[in-house]
Amino acid sequence: MSKHASLERRRQAIYGWLLLGPAGVLLTTFAFYPSIATLWSSLFSRGTRRKPAEFVGGENYTDLFADPTFWLVVKNNLIYAAATIPISIIIALAMALWANSKIPAKGFVRTAYFTPTVLPMIAAANLWLFFYTPGLGVLDQIGSLFGLPSVNWLGQPETALWAVIIVTIWKEAGFFMIFYLAALQTIPADLKEAADIEGASRWTYTRRIVLPLLMPTTLFIMVNAMINSVKLIDHLFILTKGGPSDASKLILYYIWEMAFAFFDAPHAAAMTILVLLVLGIIAAIQFLLIDKRTHYQ
Amino acid sequence: MRRLVPYLDTFGAVALAIIWIAPLFFAFWAAFHSTSDAVNFNLFSPWTLDNFRTAWEGAPWLRYFLNTFLLVTVVLIGQFILTTLAGFAFAQVKFPGRDIVFILVLLQLFILPEVLIVENYAMVSRLGLFDTIVGVGMPYMASAFGIFLMRQSFKSVPIELHEAARVEGCSLFGILMRVYVPLAKPTYLAYALVSVSTHWNNFLWPLIVTNSPDTRPLTVGLSIFGAPENGVDISVISAATIMSIAPLLIAFLVFQRQFVQAFLRAGIK
Amino acid sequence: MFFSTHKAAMLAGATALASWGLAADAETELTMYYPIAVGGALTEVVDGIVADFEAENPDIKVNAIYSGNYDDTRVRALSALNSGEPAQLAVMFSIDAYDLIEQDIVVAFDDVISSDEDRAWLDGFYPALMANGKIEGKTWGVPFQRSTIVAYYNKDMFREAGLDPEKAPTSWEELVSMGKALTKDDTYGVMIPSTGYPYWMFQALAIQNGKELMAGDGLTTYFDDPKVVETLDFWKSLSAEHGIMPEGTVEWGTLRQAFLEGQTAMMWHSTGNLTAVKNNASFDFGVAMLPGNERLGSPTGGGNFYLFKDTTDEEKAAALKLIKFMTAPEQAAEWSIKTGYMGVSPAAYETEKLADYTTEFPPALVARNQLEHAVAEFSTFETARVRDGLNNAIQAALTGTKSAADALGEAQAAAERLLKDYQ
Repeated sequence: MSKHASLERRRQAIYGWLLLGPAGVLLTTFAFYPSIATLWSSLFSRGTRRKPAEFVGGENYTDLFADPTFWLVVKNNLIYAAATIPISIIIALAMALWANSKIPAKGFVRTAYFTPTVLPMIAAANLWLFFYTPGLGVLDQIGSLFGLPSVNWLGQPETALWAVIIVTIWKEAGFFMIFYLAALQTIPADLKEAADIEGASRWTYTRRIVLPLLMPTTLFIMVNAMINSVKLIDHLFILTKGGPSDASKLILYYIWEMAFAFFDAPHAAAMTILVLLVLGIIAAIQFLLIDKRTHYQ
Repeated sequence: MRRLVPYLDTFGAVALAIIWIAPLFFAFWAAFHSTSDAVNFNLFSPWTLDNFRTAWEGAPWLRYFLNTFLLVTVVLIGQFILTTLAGFAFAQVKFPGRDIVFILVLLQLFILPEVLIVENYAMVSRLGLFDTIVGVGMPYMASAFGIFLMRQSFKSVPIELHEAARVEGCSLFGILMRVYVPLAKPTYLAYALVSVSTHWNNFLWPLIVTNSPDTRPLTVGLSIFGAPENGVDISVISAATIMSIAPLLIAFLVFQRQFVQAFLRAGIK
Repeated sequence: MFFSTHKAAMLAGATALASWGLAADAETELTMYYPIAVGGALTEVVDGIVADFEAENPDIKVNAIYSGNYDDTRVRALSALNSGEPAQLAVMFSIDAYDLIEQDIVVAFDDVISSDEDRAWLDGFYPALMANGKIEGKTWGVPFQRSTIVAYYNKDMFREAGLDPEKAPTSWEELVSMGKALTKDDTYGVMIPSTGYPYWMFQALAIQNGKELMAGDGLTTYFDDPKVVETLDFWKSLSAEHGIMPEGTVEWGTLRQAFLEGQTAMMWHSTGNLTAVKNNASFDFGVAMLPGNERLGSPTGGGNFYLFKDTTDEEKAAALKLIKFMTAPEQAAEWSIKTGYMGVSPAAYETEKLADYTTEFPPALVARNQLEHAVAEFSTFETARVRDGLNNAIQAALTGTKSAADALGEAQAAAERLLKDYQ
């Protein structure tokens, strides 16, 4: 009997690894191996006709730390994250509360909020380009109705990053709304009735009951928003290309530029490793902070 | 005051909704008017299809549509196969090392393919898949998110069904195909919608690994079309944009309810 | 295409072999990457030229791949080479030459041509257009879609402002004084684009101010020269002091539209825009050479043909044939009329087609006439990054985040750091 059991265990093990095999191979090929290869290549210099590549240790990293553009890009990305994460979460929450309340035109409202989510970022950028163009764009035309001067939204360092941020918020708020909407629908109706009987105001009900119940969802959304603040850069290709004078350049765009426009793979690799480190920290936060039962069971 | 609140609510909600679709609305309007009318907001100017004609002639859009369609199909099929197998292994097969491997897979949720563009580009080239649709789709096939989703779904299948099938003499693979997969249908549907809309919209990676009109998906084609050397024409760009988002947008409007439900399912489980 | 085009082509070749029983080995296949200058159906023009070429040369098959703007095209072509995809030739930025040589992927035309006829062909282009392609005594690039910067101006607005519509400004002082006369509440006197290719416009201004931005060796830049700083201060003063240009940067991509909508009385732009402006302007417009300060001047610009190194001799010969076909006077004339780019050789202007066109539409000659004042476009080793530093400095000064002297000082320091490895 025990022999049978051990045979069965071994069979299960073989089955298990066989089933995992294909996914394992691809994950290794396109995630684990490249991560290690990136680390490795970040330790070498770039080879050119005159100078072949050689091992330089941490030199690529010290180059980066000495590069003012790198720090500007880091700062931009921090502003980008610090703005897009809370603002899109707050807007998403407001959207969800509205879309879940008893208002007329609810269907239209919901659709309108969610529509940007199904558009490619590139298309979204094209739509917004029409908004931002100085003189000809929608924003300027509206502004001129009120006698405001023409503003070069994408062409000034003070506004370019914010113009990019607004497009990101526009794109992701509707997506986050869905998660809130789902969570709201799981709140039992009798809680609302009980609150009404107690004579609690709507605001009190929202603040004391709804928001705490939405907390796990908020954390989940927050992690998603953090990842997006690294990942969502497609619109830069259309709107600003990181300009003017790098004022709207974000890290992933800089990595792309370094690797594919300047052909400087080692420095791009060093930057990639730094980004992976940050993502690792976010991952750790997610695993430690977020209630596993809510999202992983 | 209290009676006013619902009105304020409605006003706020509708105002936000209008702001939210305004960019789309304006692009739509501009696409049907001459550039000069569009940028001067001649509200009563005549409608025209010229921009669509110009845009359509400016690039092989049919080919781009086909490429995107092939891309999302290839990715989806790959994901279905790989995540089903792996999800099942994690959910119902006991073997040593399973938990450690699962943590590794979860880790991949954070190693974004977008960040590894340099090495993944080298890898795809090495495999001879540069400028092929399979090459564009491959890094996304073993999706950690999908594996995770399938595992959750398979875990909720009652063990009695599994046992019953086993008693009837089904192999493990047979059990997977006859018991688990049919029961997970809603999850597949949800995952399919999320996957399709993600890859329909993906840009950076396809930009890097595609090199010709024969493989270029819509997003990359649109970005190239929108950036000629010497200047853009807002109405034509709008027409191209509207054209390229139309299929997914129309599908979304028609299947709105299912779409939203699918996103809900996929996101929170 | 599902799997690589290369394999598919081989498959197609095999099928052809099977079905017709013909030997397919006589066929040479070329892949050419090229950028497109203006939106619209210009890809069709290139496809048409390629089709004509294929009809004349049935043994050569050409895959012409349109790949975005100049930067995109360089990225695409090099990605293809890096990953082992075939590519025999490309139209790329004339100023990419140093980097292409440094990466050891292009071959000099001198090493490919053999006959006297070929040498005569190579000598037949305008010398100013050869400047960027001639490095270390060899010719690496052959001009195809080439331009200079010209001033487009709205004659109707000149008339309204009481100016002579046949006299565009010829000096910086005139530019400012006429610009002031032309600036109204909602329209500007002049717009010089400062996104996209800010260094190009800046180079024009610097030359006019009597100073080059670089030495001819690809290793030395003069960004912090007082004359250069003065140039940037002048550009900045057009908006800050004289108010004849908008504050901040002026968008390259939407400038043509702004000009066509009458938002500005003058714009500086590539001659590559000429045909688009001609087709869309609802007013009387003129084209003039850029004004000068110490001298007249504009850099050349645009794209050259390059031959890639890692190809067979047959492919090189076929590629050369294609390039000769596409730069021949008749084609060059046709291309010039369709786009506004220059005919690349004097012979192109002697063709009946282009001669007729320029008589009927004299602005088409301005860019060519300006060639005698033209200099090579800004180009160094590490050119993309050096240029990026310069672009940022220009934008920083124009948007007021830094002073011209500081910004250019930093750009110079960065350029020296980047070029140090090549000394």
